[in-house]
Amino acid sequence: MRLRAQDLVYAYVPGRPVLRGISLEIRSRETAFLLGPNGSGKTTFLDCLGGLRPPQGGDVRLDDRPLASFSARERARVVGYVPQFHEPPFNFTAWEVVLMGRAPYVRWLSQPSTKDRRAADDALTELGLEEFRNRPYYTLSGGERRLVLVARGLAQGASFLLLDEPDAHLDPANQHRVLRATGELVQGGLGVAVTSHSPNNALLYADRVALFAQGEILAQGDPHDVVSPEPLERAYGIPFVVVGAGDGPRAVLPALG
Amino acid sequence: MRSRLTWALLLLPLPVAFFALMVGRYPISPGEVFAALTGGEVAEVVRQLILRIRLPRIGAAALVGANLAVAGAVYQGVFRNPLVEGRLLGVSSGAGLGAALALLLFPQPAMIQALAFAGGLVGVGLTALLGWAFGAGVLVLVIAGVLVDSFLSAVLGIVKYTADPLGTLPAITYWLLGGLGSVRVHDLLPLGIASGVGLTFFLLARWRLNLLTLADQEGEALGVRVRQTRFLVVGMGTLLVASAVSVSGMVGWVGLLVPHAARAVVGPDYARLLPAAAGLGAALVVLLDTIARTLLTAEIPLGVLTGLLGAPLFLILFLRFLRERGGWR
Repeated sequence: MRLRAQDLVYAYVPGRPVLRGISLEIRSRETAFLLGPNGSGKTTFLDCLGGLRPPQGGDVRLDDRPLASFSARERARVVGYVPQFHEPPFNFTAWEVVLMGRAPYVRWLSQPSTKDRRAADDALTELGLEEFRNRPYYTLSGGERRLVLVARGLAQGASFLLLDEPDAHLDPANQHRVLRATGELVQGGLGVAVTSHSPNNALLYADRVALFAQGEILAQGDPHDVVSPEPLERAYGIPFVVVGAGDGPRAVLPALG
Repeated sequence: MRSRLTWALLLLPLPVAFFALMVGRYPISPGEVFAALTGGEVAEVVRQLILRIRLPRIGAAALVGANLAVAGAVYQGVFRNPLVEGRLLGVSSGAGLGAALALLLFPQPAMIQALAFAGGLVGVGLTALLGWAFGAGVLVLVIAGVLVDSFLSAVLGIVKYTADPLGTLPAITYWLLGGLGSVRVHDLLPLGIASGVGLTFFLLARWRLNLLTLADQEGEALGVRVRQTRFLVVGMGTLLVASAVSVSGMVGWVGLLVPHAARAVVGPDYARLLPAAAGLGAALVVLLDTIARTLLTAEIPLGVLTGLLGAPLFLILFLRFLRERGGWR
C-alpha cells in the first residue's frame, strides 16, 4: 500500500504557507524519516498525511483513493497517529489507553467487544509491555509511554503509523527501544513515517529520508545520500561532517569552527 | 474486582432507599415497608405514607443524585478538567435562573423544566466560550465558571427583586436553597423522562466518553468526530443537571465530589466509572435528603447540607490537585 501526498499546500495564515507543494510517498514495509529545522513544516505535513488537517492545495491518496473521501472511522482503521504528547486528565492504565485505539471499531452506544479487548492485549504483548498492562500511564517512564502509544496505534489495526517526534525527550536507550519497535512493525508489513530532529536516528532506522526546509522538500531518498553534509547544511544553515564510512556505523555531526 | 465494586456501587441506592423509607417522623418497620411495597397486608395510612409521600421523594432524590453525579463525571471528561461540575460551569445557576423566571412568569412544571434546560445551556455555553477564549486551561475554566455563576446569580437577583414578596419570592428563595420537601408524584414524570433519556444515553455510550478526554487531534486520529460528540454530550449532561435543578433547586458539590469518590474506587475508565458514579450519587442524595428531613424538627435545605459537606472536601481535592501539579500555573 502507498500513502501518497501530492503537491500539498497548507497555510495557517493566508499568504504565508508552511507547506509549499510537498509531494511524498509512504510505502508499506518502509520507515520514512522526515527531518528538517523547527518550523520547516514536518509536523503540519504529518497532520495532513493523517487526514487531520485538510490541505488547502493538493491531496493525499491511499493507493488511488483520496483520503478526504474516507469517513473519520474508515480513515482511523488505515492511518494511525502517535502524538508526541499524550496527557489525559485522569490516570488511565496502559491497557485502557491502548484499548482506546479500538475506537474506530466500537459503535456508538456500545462497549468494546471481546475481540477489541484481545486486540489491546495483543498490541501490548507485541511491544513487550505485558508487565505494564495494569500500570497507570502516569507511572510509566517516557520511553514506556511512547511504546504504549505505539501499541495503541497497533491496536487501531492501521496499515500506516505516523509518529510525531517519537525520539524527542528520550535517552538514547529509550530512543532505540521505540525506534527498534517501530522497525519491527515495519518488517511485519506496516508503513511508518517519523518526524525527528535526529539525523543520526535517520541514518540508523530510516529506509528513506525526506529533508524539509521552509515548507519544501530539499532532498529525499536513500538515508546515506540525504543525511550528508551538503543537503544538511542547506537545510539547517550550519556545516556538517560525516563520521565513519563504508559499511560500519555512520554519524553526522556539526562541523566545529 | 473492580467490576464487582462497580456493581456494588450501582446497587447501593437500593438498601439506602429501603432504610430511608423506614425513617421519618413516623418510623415504619422493615416488615411494613416491605408489605407496602409489595402490596401485602398493611395499615392504609402506612401504605399512603410509603407510596404517596416517601417513595416519590426518595425516587426524586435518587434521580437527582444520579443525574448530578453522572453529569459531573461527564463534564470532567469533556472539559478535560477534574475540577468542574454543573455548579462550577454555570449550568446550575443558568438552570436556576431559567427556573426562577418560569416560577415568576409561567409556573407550570413543564415550563420550569424547559426554561431550566435553556438556562443551563446558556450557562455552560458562556463558560465554555470564556474558557476557550482565554486558553482552556484547567484553572481558567474554573475561573470562567465562577464569573458566569456570579453574573447569572446577579441576574437572578433582579428576578427575585421583581418577584411578589408574599407569593413568588419565598417560592424562588426556598427553591434555590435546594430541597425535595415539596416533591409530589406529578413532578416525577418530567424528571423521570429527562433522566431516563440522559442516563440511558450515557450508560450506553459510556466507554466512548474515555475518548473525549483525549486532546482534540488525538481523538480525531482515532476516528472520533470530536466536535459533534462533545456538543451532544454537553447537551445531554445539561439536560440531566437542568432536570435535577428544576425539581430540587440548587444542590451543589454532588457532581464534583461523587465522580472523584467513584474514581477512587473503580478507576477512571468511564465503562465502570459511570455506573459507579450514578449509584453512589443516588445513594448519597437519598441519604442526605433523609438527614435533611429527620435531623431537626424543621427541614434542613438539602443544598445547605451538600454545601456544608462539599466545600471542605473540595478544598482538600483542590490542595491535592495543586500539589500534584506543583502549584499555580
